[in-house]
Amino acid sequence: MSKPATHYPNAPKSQPTARHTLAVIVDNEPGVLARIAGLFSGRGYNIESLTVSETEHEKHLSRITVVTSGTANVIDQIKAHLDRLVPVHRVVDLTEQGEAIERELALIKVVGKGEQRVEAMRLASAFGARVLDASLTSFVFELTGATEEIERFIKTMTAVGLTEVSRTGIAAMSRGPESM
Amino acid sequence: MSEMMTGAEMVVRALQDQGVEHLFGYPGGAVLPIYDAIFQQDKVKHVLVRHEQGAVHAAEGYARSGAGKVGCVLVTSGPGATNAVTGLTDALLDSIPVVVITGQVPTHLIGSDAFQECDTVGITRSCTKHNYLVKSIHDLPRILHEAFYVAANGRPGPVVIDIPKDIQFATGAYSRPRDNQHKTYRPVVKGDLNKIKAAVELIAGAKRPVFYTGGGVINSGPHASALLRELARLTGFPVTSTLMGLGAFPAADKQWLGMLGMHGTYEANLAMHDCDVMIAIGARFDDRITGRIDAFSPRSKKIHIDIDPSSINKNVKVDIGIIGDCAHVLEDMVRIWRETSPQVDKSALAAWWTQIEGWRGRRSLAYKHSDTIIKPQYALERLHALTKDRNTYITTEVGQHQMWAAQYLHFQEPNRWMTSGGLGTMGYGLPAAIGVQMKHPDALVIDVAGEASILMNMQEMSTAVQYRLPVKIFILNNEYMGMVRQWQELLHGGRYSESYSQSLPDFVKLAEAYGGHGIRCDDPAKLDAAIMEMIETPGPVIFDCHVAKEENCFPMIPSGKAHNEMILPDFEGDTGEIIDAKGKQLV
Repeated sequence: MSKPATHYPNAPKSQPTARHTLAVIVDNEPGVLARIAGLFSGRGYNIESLTVSETEHEKHLSRITVVTSGTANVIDQIKAHLDRLVPVHRVVDLTEQGEAIERELALIKVVGKGEQRVEAMRLASAFGARVLDASLTSFVFELTGATEEIERFIKTMTAVGLTEVSRTGIAAMSRGPESM
Repeated sequence: MSEMMTGAEMVVRALQDQGVEHLFGYPGGAVLPIYDAIFQQDKVKHVLVRHEQGAVHAAEGYARSGAGKVGCVLVTSGPGATNAVTGLTDALLDSIPVVVITGQVPTHLIGSDAFQECDTVGITRSCTKHNYLVKSIHDLPRILHEAFYVAANGRPGPVVIDIPKDIQFATGAYSRPRDNQHKTYRPVVKGDLNKIKAAVELIAGAKRPVFYTGGGVINSGPHASALLRELARLTGFPVTSTLMGLGAFPAADKQWLGMLGMHGTYEANLAMHDCDVMIAIGARFDDRITGRIDAFSPRSKKIHIDIDPSSINKNVKVDIGIIGDCAHVLEDMVRIWRETSPQVDKSALAAWWTQIEGWRGRRSLAYKHSDTIIKPQYALERLHALTKDRNTYITTEVGQHQMWAAQYLHFQEPNRWMTSGGLGTMGYGLPAAIGVQMKHPDALVIDVAGEASILMNMQEMSTAVQYRLPVKIFILNNEYMGMVRQWQELLHGGRYSESYSQSLPDFVKLAEAYGGHGIRCDDPAKLDAAIMEMIETPGPVIFDCHVAKEENCFPMIPSGKAHNEMILPDFEGDTGEIIDAKGKQLV
């Protein structure tokens, strides 16, 4: 026998993994988020970002945007498992549909004095961030953008006194006239 | 004008409207209003179990032997609900439709750590197909009916309805079940016709085909079994089945290869390994079936029919995945086969059958007979011979006896075989037998047990006696947790750590203490007479059959090995050397 024997599926290390953004329309009922989070943890899938809000109040429908990563097989499994949950209406793989629009919002607190404070202000305006709060020793900036942009902003601001970050996670939508 | 009633009355009315005749349960503080409503009617018969785990297994046995019936359970809050968790998980893994109603502390006390409070929906979320906490009396009728729909449709499974005590007392308008489509849960039952056509084409061109069938065929109803038989006859292909699917195809048929998998027959496993087209129907490629997955049936094209989209490509990549109910898909397949009447490759099939007969000739279920001690295989062969012409249902516990039962009891019809396959729950068999007997009062219901497993839900003997359910408990007593001992022999140098059944009760006296009848037998010559005594005794019987103590359950695909690396019963050598270091880490 050549390879070490196992009767479990091989760890999918040789297969490429990809990041997928899924939009899931669910009934906004108690426990629905726990059901979805439990599915991911119970079956060993990753959640990179999770955003939830009721989007159609009259119908009590919520839209959950999940960013996950895995092999093509794992992504298919995740979608199949999500789709068979009773309160789930639809699961759409926005990544599979093409270049979806993805945005998140970040609040960033920077503390500092003198030249550092001026530099923070200059950098923030270069990124197009808004000032939501200012004191003599601090700023709170708001930036909306793609994840990479937010990451770049946070990395940059670390050098000028970043103390706190709050992020919404990703909201996503497909391009063009089609709706889900 | 809808009728006004209390929540407790709604529960009982909904059960009646859903056609529930028997309800397995155990009362407690948080379900007293429902028990009061049960007391005041006589359509739904309540069966008082002795432990809530037993209630769920009984409901599973009831559902499985009733072909399409939903099993129903009523338990109290807190420990009532937590005791039901093993049964719920068992029903989830074996896809058995069960509705479990749990009491809950009153709404205003939820979250206060009240007496007998637990987060039932939180605890059972991952071991149910779906669950509900009822927060308003207005939601109750809809949820009750929806629970039965969800449990029985699509891939069946357990559903929990958690009802706080104040909701049971509250008054509201009852509504009857409606045929309206569920707003979100609408599983696909008809398969994609293009894929079915492609599958028929692939099947028609097969040279070394095999049907690999599972519990999905049983769950799909007797019609699915009939269609499977028809398709097998039309094609002339060999058929094997998982533990869960036994009975869907008659074991007496020439095309039957026996069960496959870890303790499957040599011919079934080698046919799986060497086939060129595999047709998986309602089976889920679990690890007990596939063995070493990277060596699983390496040269075959695979067709997979399953109602659960997440089962397709889960463990094994397939070439044609058809999502749909087995009966619906098989019906289309048979129809298309008849319409196109394809020419199968007769000479290739003849050669394939010759090869299979060669493997069959290896006689992988042979064992060394003894005149002095009862071999467990012999006990089951005799049990089969003496019960096969009767109206018999078999349940089992979990372990060696379960595998021997699967190997030596031959099932000709579906819904006759109830065993805990996915979860492997010791203690399943006796309560399941009680559920079966409740459904089929005049049938011969036998729980094939081990002396260790039976003690896990022994208390249900009391239920059997109370309801005059003449279940027969056939214990293969080898004074070991036999499968644990076998694995310790194979994997751990024969160090039998804690697997010896010490201080066993006297099962004959135990039967008598419960008000049943006890029989003991340790002599092969007296076995037939003793089995006949068991069958002819009108009430519940515990049969303590003393068998060879260190018999191994073979054939076996050892951990980490492929289908073509089986240990056969005539293996002579050091059993401790078969499994390598990597294999020892597996379960």
